[in-house]
Amino acid sequence: MSPQISPFILFFASIFTSNILLSNFLGMCSFISISRDFKSSHGLGLAVVVVLTFTTMINWGLYHLVISPLGLHYLRYIFFIIVIAATVQVLEMVIDRISPSLYMALGIFLPLITVNCAILGVSLLMEIRNYTFLQSVVYGLGSGIGWWIAILCLAAIRKKIDNAPVPAGLKGPGITFITIGIMAMAFLGFSGMLPVQ
Amino acid sequence: MDITFLTGPVTAGLISALLALIITLVDRMVNNYGMVKITINNGHKTVNVKGGSPLLFSLAEEGIFIPSACGGKGTCGTCKVKVQTDIGIHLPTEIPLLQKNEIEENIRLACQVKVKKDIEISIPEDLFAIQQFKTTIASIADVTHDIKEVYVKLMEPGTISFKAGQYAQLIIPPYGKIRETSQRAYSMLSAPADSGRLGFLIRLVPGGIATTYVHTILKEGDTLDVVAPVGEFMLHDSNDIMLCIAGGSGMAPLHSIIYDMVDKGKTNREVWFFFGARNLKELFYIDRFSELEKSWPGFHFIPALSEPLPDDNWKGETGLITEVLDRFLKTRISTEAPKEGYLCGSPGMIDACIRVLINHNIKEENIYFDKFA
Repeated sequence: MSPQISPFILFFASIFTSNILLSNFLGMCSFISISRDFKSSHGLGLAVVVVLTFTTMINWGLYHLVISPLGLHYLRYIFFIIVIAATVQVLEMVIDRISPSLYMALGIFLPLITVNCAILGVSLLMEIRNYTFLQSVVYGLGSGIGWWIAILCLAAIRKKIDNAPVPAGLKGPGITFITIGIMAMAFLGFSGMLPVQ
Repeated sequence: MDITFLTGPVTAGLISALLALIITLVDRMVNNYGMVKITINNGHKTVNVKGGSPLLFSLAEEGIFIPSACGGKGTCGTCKVKVQTDIGIHLPTEIPLLQKNEIEENIRLACQVKVKKDIEISIPEDLFAIQQFKTTIASIADVTHDIKEVYVKLMEPGTISFKAGQYAQLIIPPYGKIRETSQRAYSMLSAPADSGRLGFLIRLVPGGIATTYVHTILKEGDTLDVVAPVGEFMLHDSNDIMLCIAGGSGMAPLHSIIYDMVDKGKTNREVWFFFGARNLKELFYIDRFSELEKSWPGFHFIPALSEPLPDDNWKGETGLITEVLDRFLKTRISTEAPKEGYLCGSPGMIDACIRVLINHNIKEENIYFDKFA
């Protein structure tokens, strides 16, 4: 009973109009703390793209081959989290081995991602919305790219805010939350055009 | 019996086990770097180690001890090593502890970089001499109410070669509530000619791990591991007048340097040894230095008390060590002759004395010191 939605549209929808971060507000902790620095934001964003794509694929398989046939829906949180933690661990080791420079840029953020709720969120939404495998892969990749773009935007804006006359009471998290709210409005402005389910 | 309720836990267990197996296999395949070669100082020494461990520990296993105060936790920044092979950019854990020019020269923290391929490094030649010694305590004696003089007999290896002024790391085993092995640095009190044993002066610091251990637990005949020799504080060859300044257990390296000069017959140099304390109770080794003054005409020992007690009947110099030093530089010591400073003591004392020496036109590069940290 997969929804009849083209993977192409789903891809763009998950990047922009249904951005996992700005529409579901998932993955906020690292979004706010890391966006202070542009270079780190870039590294973390890339790592999220990689991990999201892999874990969504693996979790789709796990759900349709194991969880669903055995009727273990009530345990899906635990299964998804175990898979995410293991994937992050393996990716960290592999990246460390194949490319030290990539490891420097991205690997050090990987442990941070285990606890990024956007990763678990995408796996759960994929299951709730009953996506096909192709849709899930595209949704995972798109959501990752969306998260990446969002943190890059916020990091860029925060760099400007550093030099702006922000009222004392709003400095730091206050102005950041307001900024994210306005960003969310901009991203979601066209949400009616691209449905995700 | 219906056991379908077990499907959940069993599946979760199986999946966890499968993932754990995958991680272990990947770790086996990916983190296996085989044996790698570390070339030190352009081939002066090469060692083969198992890849994948931090450089500091790989070298230590081969008996090359890079000084590390924090024990490899990446917090002290002492285990700096120049790496000539390209091993990637500096880690975020290294950058805060390195200067800009050190980063440009590819100086790395040995505890943070892992050895994954053959690498070339350069370290000071002296580090090759650093060894771990098994020792037994030959004597412990009080020299003042809070300073103990400890002599250890070297068991294995049985002798040591070091330069007077250098220090050793005493390895304090876990005791009482202290659960970890700790290392603390103490300057050698004994002169290098005395190569079968090492002496230290250990002042009781309330709450100090090593000092409490030495003062309350250690006794004659006990064993103690010592890593030595380390440090750059030593005598520089010249004929300049030596101004030695010490307080408390800062006596140790200067004691070693002065007796080393006696052993080597370098007693043609003029030496002024200022030793500061608050009252007579804190002074020690006065007799042996007074004796030395008789046989070494250029040697002057100036103990100075800042707060002598009425009972002390003190007839020597009084005042802070800086005031006494200033007074002597103005009146007693040749103003023209070139001079060198050798200082050991608390950071406050050293900084204050350096200011006095600079005021008397002694160049900063001729002032050598060993600060207690």
